[in-house]
Amino acid sequence: MDKNKLKELKKIANEIRKESLVMIHRAQSGHPGGSLSEADILAALYFYKLRINSKKPDWEDRDRFVLSKGHACPAYYAALAMKGFFPEEELKTFRKINSRLQGHPELKTPGVDFAGGSLGQGVCFANGIAIAGKLDKKDYKVYVLIGDGESQEGAVWEAAMAASHHKLDNLVLILDKNQVQETGKTKDVMNIDPAPDKWKAFGFEVFDIDGHNMEEIVKVLDKADSVKEKPLMIVANTIKGKGVSFMELNYKFHGKVPDDEQFKKAMEELSKND
Amino acid sequence: MTEAKATREGYGDALAEIAKKNKNVVALDSDLNDSTRSDYIKKIDPSRFISMGIAEQDMIGTAAGLSVSGKIPFASTFAIFSERAFEFVRNIISRNKLNVKIAGSHAGIFTGEDGKSAQAIEDIAIYRALPNMVVIQPCDYIETKKAVHALMAYNGPSYMRLLRNPLPIIHDDNYKFELGKGEVLKKGKDAVIFATGTMVHESLQAAEILKNNNIDVYVVNIHTIKPIDSKLIIDLAKKTNCVITAEDHNIIGGLGSAVAEVLSENYPCIMKRIGLQDCYGESGKPAELYDKYGLNAEHVARTVKEFLKNKK
Repeated sequence: MDKNKLKELKKIANEIRKESLVMIHRAQSGHPGGSLSEADILAALYFYKLRINSKKPDWEDRDRFVLSKGHACPAYYAALAMKGFFPEEELKTFRKINSRLQGHPELKTPGVDFAGGSLGQGVCFANGIAIAGKLDKKDYKVYVLIGDGESQEGAVWEAAMAASHHKLDNLVLILDKNQVQETGKTKDVMNIDPAPDKWKAFGFEVFDIDGHNMEEIVKVLDKADSVKEKPLMIVANTIKGKGVSFMELNYKFHGKVPDDEQFKKAMEELSKND
Repeated sequence: MTEAKATREGYGDALAEIAKKNKNVVALDSDLNDSTRSDYIKKIDPSRFISMGIAEQDMIGTAAGLSVSGKIPFASTFAIFSERAFEFVRNIISRNKLNVKIAGSHAGIFTGEDGKSAQAIEDIAIYRALPNMVVIQPCDYIETKKAVHALMAYNGPSYMRLLRNPLPIIHDDNYKFELGKGEVLKKGKDAVIFATGTMVHESLQAAEILKNNNIDVYVVNIHTIKPIDSKLIIDLAKKTNCVITAEDHNIIGGLGSAVAEVLSENYPCIMKRIGLQDCYGESGKPAELYDKYGLNAEHVARTVKEFLKNKK
């Protein structure tokens, strides 16, 4: 990939981060930490990899994206708006009454393929889409973003077993391994490591990458296309709250709104990347 | 003697019929496909049976994913184990109004020897509480087949309660099943019994016993517990002023509650709920259990008699 495209993707990721914080601060409600950790992955998916058409959000042959960690939807909504699924102006309605941009995603929002909010359900749902694709001999792929705290849910592993059993090579899981969850460090709350080994043991082709390195993300997404007969797991090592010094690896910003001063400081820090 | 067949047989046979007609019909099961009879779809197309292993949450999530991809999934297991995936049903299927048909077999103490752990007595209550859900319990083989076809024609989520053991077939092929409509099986004047599932049969027998005591009761089959046939319930309550409900389910949250909800807002009257009196079942033959837990025809007849006596 040429340098300019990489630069553009990094810029988009930074825009997603800034927009997420603006939305959360405006709504005085929402989850900043996970939006900041997944921003690079979303930029790579929506502005490089996914075969989608924002003018035809229900296009049958589109690639699907399942945001299993539904609370991290500010970044997701920002990416969808920037991609043209709905007006960017609508981001102002996030978490407000009568809005299409609910606190956790709903199917009525253009571009949304999965209504998340309850952890551990996205992979099960994605398996269904992937199986349907196989039955109908369609060549779309299903990308799923899950959290590391979310991986404590047993249903994730039920689904992992099934994806491998049904040889769903049209399924690409991405683990936003941001190390922190609501009440503390994941390794302290309930350790999920060694995560790559667990996924390998469940029959996945596993890639272990730096989830904030755009070049690595883009490369691994392309590499994933050549894997056959087994599902994929990209373990993206990330930092919760990435890009804002006082939010990084700080569990308090899982679901806490920055106050006015913190918001100002956060925006200043992110603007330095422009 | 009337022919007897389990409702789960009707489910399997109807599933095969609709799968033959529509290539988008798929079946999922959590390793109980031999018992729920969802296996029968394999006779039509083995690739449309999706083996989920003993993993009910994953089954429900996968069924939802299939439904947003143009498939018409029928997901089955035992009623009790479907409850393990309740929050998946709530947050993926009911919340999004997805076209997923859930079937829970081996419901009620009618399940018998397997005992408490296998006898779902709260499934109607929990699924009824979910917005968008249709909740059905057919009472015989033919009605089950008709119900599956009706659900196939209906676009939305549903829960169908199925039963393990054979039941007399009281309908014939000309029977017209209508979602949301109660079926008056016997007319009467002194009282009305609204029954569902196995209790339709017990109530019909009870009506015979009562006839010998010069008591003439309506017996109504409520196959659709949600949406419930409010109009019929109000009409017959007005006609008889003596309302009894009968179900092999906890009296809390099931058919009795549904009828009470309708009447309390429209035609308040004293009623009597026959069912499990907020307790679990146990191992035993269905007939023994129905006797011990007050669900057999004799008990239904006695309850109606006492109810009428006390009213006077």
